[in-house]
Amino acid sequence: MTEYLQTLIGYEAGWFVGTLALILLIALPLMLAVAMIIYADRKIWAAMALRKGPNVVGPFGLLQSFADGLKVFLQETIIPSGANKGLFLLAPIITFSVALLAWAVIPFGENMVLANINIGLLYILAVSSLGVYGVVIAGWASNSKYPFFSAMRAAAQMISYEVSIGFIIISVVLFAGSFNLQDIIIGQKSHLLGINAYGINPLLFPMAVMFLISSLAETARTPFDLTEAESELVAGYQTEYSSMAFALFWLGEYANVLLMCTLNAILFWGGWLPPIDWAPLYMVPGIIWLFAKIFFFFFIFSWVKATVPRYRYDQLMRLGWKIFLPVSLFWVFLVSGFLMLTRYAA
Amino acid sequence: MQIFAFYLFAAIVLASGAFCIFARNPVHSVLWLILAFFNAAGLMVLVGAEFIAALLVIVYVGAVAVLFLFVVMMLDIDFAELRAGFMKNLPLGLLLALVLVVEIIFGVGAWQSSGMGEATAAVGPPAGAPSNIEQLGALLYTKYVFLFEAAGMILLVAMVGAIVLTHRARGGVRRQNIADQVARRPEDSTRNTQPEVGKGVEL
Repeated sequence: MTEYLQTLIGYEAGWFVGTLALILLIALPLMLAVAMIIYADRKIWAAMALRKGPNVVGPFGLLQSFADGLKVFLQETIIPSGANKGLFLLAPIITFSVALLAWAVIPFGENMVLANINIGLLYILAVSSLGVYGVVIAGWASNSKYPFFSAMRAAAQMISYEVSIGFIIISVVLFAGSFNLQDIIIGQKSHLLGINAYGINPLLFPMAVMFLISSLAETARTPFDLTEAESELVAGYQTEYSSMAFALFWLGEYANVLLMCTLNAILFWGGWLPPIDWAPLYMVPGIIWLFAKIFFFFFIFSWVKATVPRYRYDQLMRLGWKIFLPVSLFWVFLVSGFLMLTRYAA
Repeated sequence: MQIFAFYLFAAIVLASGAFCIFARNPVHSVLWLILAFFNAAGLMVLVGAEFIAALLVIVYVGAVAVLFLFVVMMLDIDFAELRAGFMKNLPLGLLLALVLVVEIIFGVGAWQSSGMGEATAAVGPPAGAPSNIEQLGALLYTKYVFLFEAAGMILLVAMVGAIVLTHRARGGVRRQNIADQVARRPEDSTRNTQPEVGKGVEL
């Protein structure tokens, strides 16, 4: 599309308009997906608690998220008098835009990627490490005790789990031999026994499980949702927020959850490749496979949210630093040793 | 386009650097510093060093600056005292700035006069060159492997040193041993008795 526009209205203008259109093509469906995934989350959660969940607005309650969005949109934005006004409003914007940024490098199909850069995975790591600023700035700018506690917890939690996520990613990168997400997906083609996934490799399966748990912690979902533990901290860093500012946090949070589900699918379970390397399965467009995998991981996220009780803060830190960090560090050593003995033995 | 991006990033780096110094609130200072880091990463991308840019964002913006922010937010800072120190430290700061400026002038001058400027006039790596990561890896793990290892050792020693200096064993702390808790069976801690009517249980 970009090439066509470039022949039409010149190179630079064509590039600009084409990229802008592609960004909208990703961001708008993403917002719709976030609205629907909030609905799905509530429905799954309700089903596990033997409740009905949202069932009033629209057929099966499908339009509940839009009704909530409209309600929030019409509310008044309240800024506490003691708050640091500029930063208070900046924080939700940071959270929201950082949550959207990472989607630039996500491949949705064989040629469906906005920016096919060769440091794709590092870019995602970099962008997701920015996510903590929205929370920390919100907590500090609110000038209130509960949000501040929440911000401190968020800072410590996200840094702790990013360390092990980094090592887990490195072990995948060692196998794929590239930081490019497209190369990582293609490298999984018929990886073992004709299955298109790194996750079934006995050497990488423990990493896949740890990545799933770390992504729960990274997105502050239950059982690691200490940043908004309502029994201790009211609503955590969101306590003082209302109206659109609150909605931006909400949207950003779920966009991050979707991103982490996508990363799980891409890094360990073949991305847009069909699960089995069998010709008829390639007739189904890759994007369908990717969406199916994303939804599968989102179901796991919801399942965990409905069933697992919240961790205590010291247990969270213990898991991150005393278990995940040493194990993932050792696993990088193991994976690189295995590759040296097999693939690079010469 | 590239020139425009360069001036945008460079201007923001300089402006946020200045704001970082002049901001009255230390938390604002740290936030300006983060903006400066981020735009410096943008400059790196412009010259084709995308790996360095990613590292700058991951390590400095994503980890180091978060810790700065963490510490600065926790501190109870007396602003008047901070500003009083400004005039006292000004000569030292100016001296440092002067040294840096002279170094930059020497560096750029040497680069220009040696003719390296013309050889690498084109910004960015040539087309078809191996990626940043491969080139850096090839250099770090072959030519500079000992320096690289030495740097790693120094960091390790520094880390262990910091822990040894600050860690102290406190008495009277009740530690949780997860393995003990998991290994505990109901038989170890409970007793099933059926006392007769009118008789109590000996605990």
